[in-house]
Amino acid sequence: MNAFVDPVGASLPRLEAREKVVGAARYIDDHARPGMLYAAIAQSPFAHARIRGYDVSRAKALAGVRAIVTGTDIPIRRVGGVLKDETMLAVGKVRYVGEPVAAVAARDLATARLAAQLIEVDYEPLPAVLSIDDALKPDAPVLHEDLDSYVRAMDGHSHGNVIWDSTLVEGDVDAAWARCDVIVEGTYRTPAQYHAYMEPNGVLAEVDGNGRITVLATCQSVHHVQTRVADELGIPMSQVRAQVSRVGGGFGGKHASNIHSIAAWLARASGKPVKLALSRTQDMEIQRSRHPAVIRLKTGACRDGTVIAREAEITLDGGAYADESPNVLAFAMLMVRGPYNVPNVRIRGRAVYTNKLRAGSFRGFGNPQAAFAGESQMDELAGKLGMDPVELRLRNAMRAGDRWIGGHTATTCQLVSCLEKVREAREAAPALPPPRPGRKRGTAVVAVAHISGLMGTSASVQMRGDGTFALNTGCVDIGQGSDTVMTQLCASVLQVPVDRIVYGTQDSDLSPYNWKTAGSRSTYMTGRAVVAATNIVRERILEHAAAMFECATADLELRPGGRVGIVGVPGKEVGFKDVALRSLFRSGGPIAGYHGFVFDGERFDPKRALIERLAFDNLGIYTFGAQCVEVEVDTVTGRVEVLRVWSAHDVGKAINPTSVEGQIQGGVVQGMGYALHEQLVWDDDGRLSNPSFADYKIPGILDAPAVIVPIVFEDPDPTGPFGAKGVGEISLVGIAPAIANAVCAATGARLRQIPMTPERVIDALEQS
Amino acid sequence: MSDIHVHELNVNGEAHEVRFAATATLLDILRQQLGMTGAKRGCNQGVCGACTVLLDGAPVRSCLTLAANVGERQVMTVEGVQKDGMLSRVQQALLDSGAVQCGFCTPGIVIALEALLRERPMPDADEIRHALSGNLCRCSGYVKIVEAAVKAAGVAP
Repeated sequence: MNAFVDPVGASLPRLEAREKVVGAARYIDDHARPGMLYAAIAQSPFAHARIRGYDVSRAKALAGVRAIVTGTDIPIRRVGGVLKDETMLAVGKVRYVGEPVAAVAARDLATARLAAQLIEVDYEPLPAVLSIDDALKPDAPVLHEDLDSYVRAMDGHSHGNVIWDSTLVEGDVDAAWARCDVIVEGTYRTPAQYHAYMEPNGVLAEVDGNGRITVLATCQSVHHVQTRVADELGIPMSQVRAQVSRVGGGFGGKHASNIHSIAAWLARASGKPVKLALSRTQDMEIQRSRHPAVIRLKTGACRDGTVIAREAEITLDGGAYADESPNVLAFAMLMVRGPYNVPNVRIRGRAVYTNKLRAGSFRGFGNPQAAFAGESQMDELAGKLGMDPVELRLRNAMRAGDRWIGGHTATTCQLVSCLEKVREAREAAPALPPPRPGRKRGTAVVAVAHISGLMGTSASVQMRGDGTFALNTGCVDIGQGSDTVMTQLCASVLQVPVDRIVYGTQDSDLSPYNWKTAGSRSTYMTGRAVVAATNIVRERILEHAAAMFECATADLELRPGGRVGIVGVPGKEVGFKDVALRSLFRSGGPIAGYHGFVFDGERFDPKRALIERLAFDNLGIYTFGAQCVEVEVDTVTGRVEVLRVWSAHDVGKAINPTSVEGQIQGGVVQGMGYALHEQLVWDDDGRLSNPSFADYKIPGILDAPAVIVPIVFEDPDPTGPFGAKGVGEISLVGIAPAIANAVCAATGARLRQIPMTPERVIDALEQS
Repeated sequence: MSDIHVHELNVNGEAHEVRFAATATLLDILRQQLGMTGAKRGCNQGVCGACTVLLDGAPVRSCLTLAANVGERQVMTVEGVQKDGMLSRVQQALLDSGAVQCGFCTPGIVIALEALLRERPMPDADEIRHALSGNLCRCSGYVKIVEAAVKAAGVAP
């Protein structure tokens, strides 16, 4: 028998890897049902228009069409996040090109698409607002005339085209400027990045004989899907069951449910199963993007490099609907000070409506925009001070016990170690052959931080009759590996191999509640629930064994492989199966454990959050990191190549080290795409110009750096499961400013706008 | 609608009688008629590589390949890579290396690497990167995929 290896800290292969490598994993479009209909969506051709009426007669007359729904058929139930401003189909107005206005279910996809084209909508075009500047003009066309009447969770001073308007202040920034020896100012611009999960969004809805709806979706939370569908259809949550298929990537893009109710509606109307699978182009047109941002930033320091003041004005382009804008804005504001002890800070934040695709949650959640400004400016400040940029960061870096803006204490913080380690790793790396003529190399280091926490979650563990276990949580694995991590945590507490535990697929009828797979929270939050629920089961097992041995539980121990023994008596053992059978058939009842909680750490003062209109008061614990990139700039073509990356993070405890590395490497390359070439582009009519993978370029293997070195510090967080903290987002956060700083180090050219396309690099080289 | 014709398609060593219009792609037929959903529709325009299959051993985009043009050539999909329930060295290496995250690109990666190793039994990292230049992955940053390919090349087939 092989020696038992504790599952926590082991780089176990993904539990579902086999089904993925043999092609048996079933993503949303791999599912079908007998008699299933196919849905298609009719989309708005206008960026902004009033809907005067619909004519569905031609579509209805088409053979094979089974159901049609338009904005006149649905109850006006506005949904959304903090500010509820969206309906499942446009009602009264369209606010972006591509917005769903009607939908059809038909016997095949070609018929459904043809029918969708035959739906005639009578539009009265309105002037459109396509930029932040236009949206804020006093006489700008207003997207949401009824904004004041919308339901909201808190007041964000919404008015005109302003979704949210918030100010966050600490210290006295005005007084501090006078004490600064050096001040730098700049405006930084970031684009709309598309998530580009490889699997487009989709949903399969069906209705049972009692009229109850089941929605199978590729999503980041079955509990969210259930809530949203029930809200939009105006039925109780008990009448909606949400399940999840395998999810082909999410990155925040499947965080909120936009299309699920459309399929559910059509399934109810037709009485048949209905599948709605978005094409790549539709996915890009109707889902969401990362918020484009304009950030004006000013930072001041004393001669010795102590940063004493920072002032930021962040404006986010939220697109046509608020979605997560208030929260992304709040998070960007909380992140823009950076992981530094800066006593005097003033941050103004606004998110505005424009007639474009909604912006929403995307890996980093406002932090990549804030970090691009903040970390670019740290290098500019170092230049003006004549200081080494790493030394400047070390001088101001937060350490364990220091406060984040808003007052949370960083209980663990290895930022200094991360900064020193990436610098050391870079210096120790083998020298590359010199660059070809016309090319210049540069290196830069940035400091980053991110949270893991937020909201509520839960887990349940049940012992089966043979001594194996069923683990259930609402945490959806979107590709990052949470199924495996949750199972490893449970198995480690019980000291059994992972194959003794089955991790249930999420189903709103069965899975304990979880808010979402988001905010780098799964390992930290749901992982804590798993450990606590499993500990309850462990105690019950010991109680049963104590009764069987007629001893005290304190005299017992779990032995690896599923046995309970008496401490100090090697032979005296009882197997989990005997414990399970006793609990099921003799006395005590089935062994089960449940634990649920809401993030219970330090919060942003809720009263202050209300006053300052920050849409967050419940955040999380902090993960820190440092990222070093080495770039080569072709000064003739303007092309930037990232040669090597070192990315160090204090993850608390790596539950699965290979998965941690995968998160870091993947985030680095997604961040590189954001820095160098990814950008959704709208034309003057508000039409998306590049809604395809041919025209929207994500990094391929030849674009990606061949060397990405993950560096992991394990400084256990006292509250984390086995000390673990989240690592899902942080590796993306610093890459854009790191590349910008490295380009500057190589060439002297400072780019304050991403993506750093060859044209922009050439322009910057000419100006430097 | 164009006319429907009956064709014979050889997939993973088995002949299938299928009926399709001239406009149908190989990906449509595999996924919708044969129930082989291993090849994925990521972009439907030949960019992402998730639909990659082998035609007589050469990798092609099944979303851009008209089913009618396949003729008598042998189609191999990800479902046909295992032999007698055993993973191929490419599949095993991807699994062992942590190169599979969301897994949606994985079928295309498996097929592209199978094709490479048939052509070049001991490829270097550059050859591996070029062989995968038509396969997009959004999760991994590609590092562990290359590690897996190197590992697979070191194993006897």
